[in-house]
Amino acid sequence: MAISRNLGNPAPQAPRRSLINDPNARAVFFQILVLGGVALLGWYLVTNVLENLARQNIATGFSFLDREASFAIGESLIAYSPANSYSHALLVGFLNTIKVAVLGIVLATILGTIIGIARLSSNFLVAKLASAFVEIVRNIPVLLQLFFWYAVIGESLPNPRQALNPIPGVFLSNRGMKIPALADDPIWIWVGLSILVAIVGVWFLARWARKRQEATGQQFPIVLASIGVLIAVPLLTWLAGGAPTALDVPELQGFNFRGGSNMSPEFAALLVGLTVYTSSFIAEIVRSGIRAVNWGQTEAASALGLHRGTILRLVVLPQALRIIVPPTTSQYLNLTKNSSLAVAIGYPDLVSVANTTLNQTGQAIEAVAIMMTVYLTISLGISLFMNWYNKHIALVER
Amino acid sequence: MKTKILAAMGTAVAIALGASAAVAGPTLTAVKQKGFVQCGVNPGLPGFSNPDSQGNWQGLDVDFCRAVGAAIFGDAKAVRFTPLSAQQRFTALQSGEIDILSRNTTWSLTRDTSLGLNFAPTTFYDGQGFMVPKSLGVSHATELNGATVCVQSGTTTELNLADYFRSKGMTFQPVVIESFDEVNAAFFAGRCDVYTTDASGMASIRSTLAPNPDDYIILPELISKEPLGPAVRHGDDEFFDIVKWVIYATMEAEERGITSANVDEQTKSQDPNVQRLLGTTPGMGQALGLNEKWAYNIIKTVGNYGEIFDRNVGVKTPLKLERGLNGLWTNGGLMYAPPVR
Repeated sequence: MAISRNLGNPAPQAPRRSLINDPNARAVFFQILVLGGVALLGWYLVTNVLENLARQNIATGFSFLDREASFAIGESLIAYSPANSYSHALLVGFLNTIKVAVLGIVLATILGTIIGIARLSSNFLVAKLASAFVEIVRNIPVLLQLFFWYAVIGESLPNPRQALNPIPGVFLSNRGMKIPALADDPIWIWVGLSILVAIVGVWFLARWARKRQEATGQQFPIVLASIGVLIAVPLLTWLAGGAPTALDVPELQGFNFRGGSNMSPEFAALLVGLTVYTSSFIAEIVRSGIRAVNWGQTEAASALGLHRGTILRLVVLPQALRIIVPPTTSQYLNLTKNSSLAVAIGYPDLVSVANTTLNQTGQAIEAVAIMMTVYLTISLGISLFMNWYNKHIALVER
Repeated sequence: MKTKILAAMGTAVAIALGASAAVAGPTLTAVKQKGFVQCGVNPGLPGFSNPDSQGNWQGLDVDFCRAVGAAIFGDAKAVRFTPLSAQQRFTALQSGEIDILSRNTTWSLTRDTSLGLNFAPTTFYDGQGFMVPKSLGVSHATELNGATVCVQSGTTTELNLADYFRSKGMTFQPVVIESFDEVNAAFFAGRCDVYTTDASGMASIRSTLAPNPDDYIILPELISKEPLGPAVRHGDDEFFDIVKWVIYATMEAEERGITSANVDEQTKSQDPNVQRLLGTTPGMGQALGLNEKWAYNIIKTVGNYGEIFDRNVGVKTPLKLERGLNGLWTNGGLMYAPPVR
């Protein structure tokens, strides 16, 4: 009100009201009241915790993060030994969580899309099999599915001394899948970098091709060209580096295989479990998204003489994606959060490592706070990215 | 697991909101008001704490809770049990949810200090060992370089394991699983070469859970000291004293030859030590803030240390454990009670 008076532009008919009757003032007042109440409650909880902990002589704070962790972790993306600090151990757990979440999201999206489209198939058998998959998988709790996959992998594979050897150099046993790895050579870092360069190059190439088509109507064989770039650039780098072919082949030594790279049964069970479970939800989202696009659109597009593939790519999918993306974001978040069930089958994810840290240091509040902060950050990150993508594909209104 | 996080958060909230039991005054007052002792135990470890087919808790850890109940109320049934996971146990005690933690918990320096606990005398001297399938052809722990080891999370076992392999310059691959059942299943399915846990627990796992117990051997090396005993909250000396002396009373009774069967005759004993313990000569109960019959009630209803040991984990039980370190000091063991006077 004060502002409108200052502007010399009061609503002439509006009678002057006291602050008590002003809905805006009331709203502000109650918001401040609630905010203050919440802040007070938070302050009370925090000080009470600190007081209680201090009185019971329980250590608080995050200084434990610098102490030596002293426990081993089964698998790690970065170098780790028990002599490293708790913060380093938690980082290992965090990266393990990210690893399974990223791979799970990619695989669940692919599998979910295939099954969602299969459910729409005119082939009776394919459609019914896809429905059966969705109905069975999404109605069984994911924890039970993890136990199931872990048991299947653990019980069905032999011990390392009788390992299956389907392809030379590849060994399947209940210790996991061992495959030959590329022997250490500095060139592989450069090959990795050149793949990144090639991806960026392809992105620019695609942009240029689209611009050109919009301007001149000429099409550019973008798919073939991209594949060519993606293969040629790393290949040339590899050849330039002397084309090393040495492999680090796994060998049975003592109890276990040494050398090569390994996919543990815990990781495999978790990845398969999360992928299968989440893909059943994504399949339904994809199916509903495609069904939501009016059939008239397809008919109109075929009337224009477009191919079936082109219709799907240029007409149906762009419209379906707007419906598919928001609920799929929730599924990605669910998959990431469900990865914390890893602790049940022994995959060393963030929760598993943080639980051990919690137990060894006894600092429950700090450890739980770290877990909550990390999951919140990952989830908000996924949300932000998907919101950006959603905006990117949203219908442009002209 | 999500439930564990929830539980941890729950206890965090409990600490946050709690004008906890310790604030309300000494634990003994609170316990007397409630009419029972709330005791945190292992959800299932045969011989130490495990519900039997009728749902009654049985085991060595459980019996020491009962002994505290008997000392305070004269009734070994004045105890309620809270099954706790390894992660939950300390927060449950800190927050006042339980009065005693009697859950095969290893006494260590950091637990004694930074966790805000006080450890009563050790009721079972254990050590961490290794179990392997016989078919592996291993007879000593020093031959385990490169092995895959199954271990339950949330215990000192994880630390000892890493320390042992580091000290010997050997490597290993840990498979750390939270649930007791899952870790057993993984080992017996062959996921690991080696299973490690406290030696006492291992004997019971082999005898009760292995498909064929004779296919597995327990290696002779013990790689750690695991003194297991009850713990109480730091800062309540009165209650701490009671729990300490309840345990000592069972040892003293065994040393003086007092059993649940002969305790009534022993009240007529001319031995001043026995008279003081059983309250025939008053004074000891009063010093503890208890009834003069406190020790009599423990021995009458729960038994002396030897009886508790034999009943739960001794050679006649499926665990088949010798007294060894857990024998009386007079027999070359470590059980030694200070004088009751």
